[in-house]
Amino acid sequence: MLDATEGHTTADGRKIGPVVMEMKNITLRFGGVVAIENISFDIREGEIRAIIGPNGAGKSSMLNVVSGFYTPQEGEVWFRGQPRPPMKPYQVARQGIARTFQNIALFEGMTVLDNVMTGRLTHMKAGLFSQALWKGRAEAEETANREIAERVIDFLEIQAIRKTPVSRLPYGLKKRVELARALAAEPKLLLLDEPMAGMNVEEKEDMSRFILDVNDEFGTTIALIEHDMGVVMDLSDRVVVMDYGKKIGDGTPDEVRNNQEVIDAYLGVQH
Amino acid sequence: MFYRAAGQFKTSYRADQALFPVRQDAMLLGFILILAWVVFPLTASEFAFQTLLIPILIYSLAALGLNILTGYAGQLSLGTAAFMGVGAYACYKMVTLMPWMSPVVAILLSGVFSAGIGVVFGIPSLRIKGFYLAIATLAAQFFLVWLFEKWAWLYNYNASGAIQVPNLQSFGVYVSGPQATSMVQYYVVLAVVTLLTWVCINLTRGTTGRIWKATRDMDFAAELIGINLMKSKLGAFAVSSYIVGVAGALFVFMWRGAAEPNLFDVPLSFRILFIAIIGGLGSILGNYLGAILIVGLPVILGVLPEVLGMQTDSALAEHLNTMIVGALIIFFLIVEPHGLAQLWRLIREKLVIWPFPH
Amino acid sequence: MLHDIFIAPFADMIAAPDFLMQVLWEGLVSGILYALIALGFVLIYRSSRIFNFAQGIMVVFAALTLVGLHAMGVPAWISVVLTLAVMFGLAVAIERVVLRPLVGQPDIILFMATIGITLFLIGFGEIIFGGENKVMITEELGIPTGSWTLEPFGGLLILEQKDVTAVAVAAMLVVGLLVFLNRTQMGRAIRALGDDSQAALSVGISLRTIWVLVWFIAGIIALVTGIAWGARAGVSFALEVIAYKALPVLMLGGLESIAGAIIGGLMIGVLEKLFEIYWGQPLLGGNTETWFAFVLALIVLLFRPQGLFGERIIERV
Repeated sequence: MLDATEGHTTADGRKIGPVVMEMKNITLRFGGVVAIENISFDIREGEIRAIIGPNGAGKSSMLNVVSGFYTPQEGEVWFRGQPRPPMKPYQVARQGIARTFQNIALFEGMTVLDNVMTGRLTHMKAGLFSQALWKGRAEAEETANREIAERVIDFLEIQAIRKTPVSRLPYGLKKRVELARALAAEPKLLLLDEPMAGMNVEEKEDMSRFILDVNDEFGTTIALIEHDMGVVMDLSDRVVVMDYGKKIGDGTPDEVRNNQEVIDAYLGVQH
Repeated sequence: MFYRAAGQFKTSYRADQALFPVRQDAMLLGFILILAWVVFPLTASEFAFQTLLIPILIYSLAALGLNILTGYAGQLSLGTAAFMGVGAYACYKMVTLMPWMSPVVAILLSGVFSAGIGVVFGIPSLRIKGFYLAIATLAAQFFLVWLFEKWAWLYNYNASGAIQVPNLQSFGVYVSGPQATSMVQYYVVLAVVTLLTWVCINLTRGTTGRIWKATRDMDFAAELIGINLMKSKLGAFAVSSYIVGVAGALFVFMWRGAAEPNLFDVPLSFRILFIAIIGGLGSILGNYLGAILIVGLPVILGVLPEVLGMQTDSALAEHLNTMIVGALIIFFLIVEPHGLAQLWRLIREKLVIWPFPH
Repeated sequence: MLHDIFIAPFADMIAAPDFLMQVLWEGLVSGILYALIALGFVLIYRSSRIFNFAQGIMVVFAALTLVGLHAMGVPAWISVVLTLAVMFGLAVAIERVVLRPLVGQPDIILFMATIGITLFLIGFGEIIFGGENKVMITEELGIPTGSWTLEPFGGLLILEQKDVTAVAVAAMLVVGLLVFLNRTQMGRAIRALGDDSQAALSVGISLRTIWVLVWFIAGIIALVTGIAWGARAGVSFALEVIAYKALPVLMLGGLESIAGAIIGGLMIGVLEKLFEIYWGQPLLGGNTETWFAFVLALIVLLFRPQGLFGERIIERV
């Protein structure tokens, strides 16, 4: 096994660093229903980590625990070497964790540019007074952050629609805008909740390319959820497999693919 | 042709972020400002000041305040009038307790009190949403109006239970009370409205505006990208109630001259809500267009029969007005749910590409 | 001060139990009418997601039509039938002119449209019937106007017979509605709409028919409330305020809960009366009924955002 404090380099030359996030014995219940049962895994800096599993396996709940939307009843979340105290989702976001959503959660009443700019909010500090006058810090910040937002817009090739209201965009583009909003935050950890759900093959290929490019160019650590195994296996460095709230496999795509329990969960097995 | 944006290239993000990226918009605004600051006051009659110019501005301001809360931050409020009342009573207490205070300063400060009370009544918004919150704001509406009536200290133990605006000077000119001229009052109102409108434009196009709109459009996503919903919502309640409170102080001090508690009852709240909705939620300009319509309509209905030489009684005109406003609301909601401001946006979009629509 | 708030009111209640019973009775009468109106709200909300602000003015409009028709010489019971016909016409008109073009708009737009309806009906009603206070045709409708005097605990309890009638009729209407909602196909369709509109429509009942029907039911409720309340306080546009009281009931009971509307209505009717008599009048200068229900609902919701009868919602993303 790998040492948790040291990094290594992958075959294609990317740096995989030490552990940035570690989930320790997480258990999450809703009333009497156990959504996640005693799951542990870690995420290393610079890697693409996937969580897969059939529908209802608890993947989304897991992502919601990571992003602070749910608080687990048991277990600890360690982020960058420290246990994370129970905090509100917005505080988690300010620690540098950004995410996208399974059912697109863009701000429909705003333009693409404004949506991407909301990703910069955690970096903006100007006071109300300065904003009210549109002078000094507020104006300087607006311009500086606009440049970063525009860079993300260029990167994801959505320049042409930057002033279009989000509500007018087709599904595939919305997914991309959502990725742009998350990227604009320059996150230390990027969570993608089924980034390829509902896409056709071409769109899936585009999205896969963007995910790889993001990881490659910015070195962003990415954790993603998918229930479609195919794409995930090609994208990710390591995979966690969940079924009925339990972890049934964890390792490189090859290791996971040959794991008997995983095969059973996906293909169904006669007991 | 007049509105063509072609040829106006932006070379920096700063220029693109300017208030009016299209030159013609700035010219149009300049024209309106000249009308409002120079032409109207020089030509308006007493009747025009009292029935159109001053009330339109004050109603616009109140609707602007409501629009910040409902249109931008997405928190439906049915208690606007009560917060206007807080502003009016706060202003009254300030000028009677501290007679040396300039009434203009008192008006601007009165919003601080309504902002504080607005935040208190905004606390439920952290836990309840939508219509439940709207009903919760009615709690503020009914409770505050009751308080205006029962707390005699507020109206200085007047036997009538009403507040009378005293004659007050600022820079040696009577600004409020029976001795103030309409023109002076108009300028005070116009100055306050211009200032607060400019502030609101700045707030809504920058960081704060995005925070509010994100809260409005999808609150959980807003929280997960790092927005503190409590700050966002209470901030909107504070800014909104400040503006509404100032509008309330202007309403009584610059226009009505006196006020009873029931002046701030539900119908006034709804009147302002109509202005905001017919004008367009989430728009600054819409508040003015809505106020022109809602304030102007009764005036036209009152004058029209006379012009046509018909005999009508004023009660009938009033009821007819209520009916027409009701029908208009439904009509506008069906034709353009996003209000007059959206209509203007569509016209402008057409003008920008006219005469070559492709 | 503490004594006045925490001890004296309860001492008064124990000292004069007959008066307490009188207060509770008065509260109950108001409460059942609040419940009735809230039920109208819930039906409309469940079937169309419309928060119907016009419910209050419908009460006024129904009462004014009834009194107005009678004043024109129409016999009392025929006036009732004709008024029901008018309310049906109103339901059809609202569905046709207002709701149909607004299908699919956001909730707030539909809500605003009902405020538009409210204003329109106020103006229309004032022009046709005039704004002055009118007397409800209580006796003509055969509603007894006497009162029964009981003597519990050796004290005095007066029950107005028209109040008893109102409670009885309202209770019958509530029971009738519950039977309709649970036993008929149309009723079940209305209830199903609240849970899943697509599925409900696949049963084969037109949404438009349902809308007309629920607005007509709201109209019937408005007429009954109008008669009952009009008999106590006269018929005028001030009646509209009792519909506001249904709003905190909805907060407490939930916008979609039929049981919540009934229990919430009774609770608010009784509690606001108790508060007014034992705390409001001695300590706060009275007239607390204008806001008590709202503040109570607000406080309850602060601690239980799902309302008294709602289930806790697990948020999902």
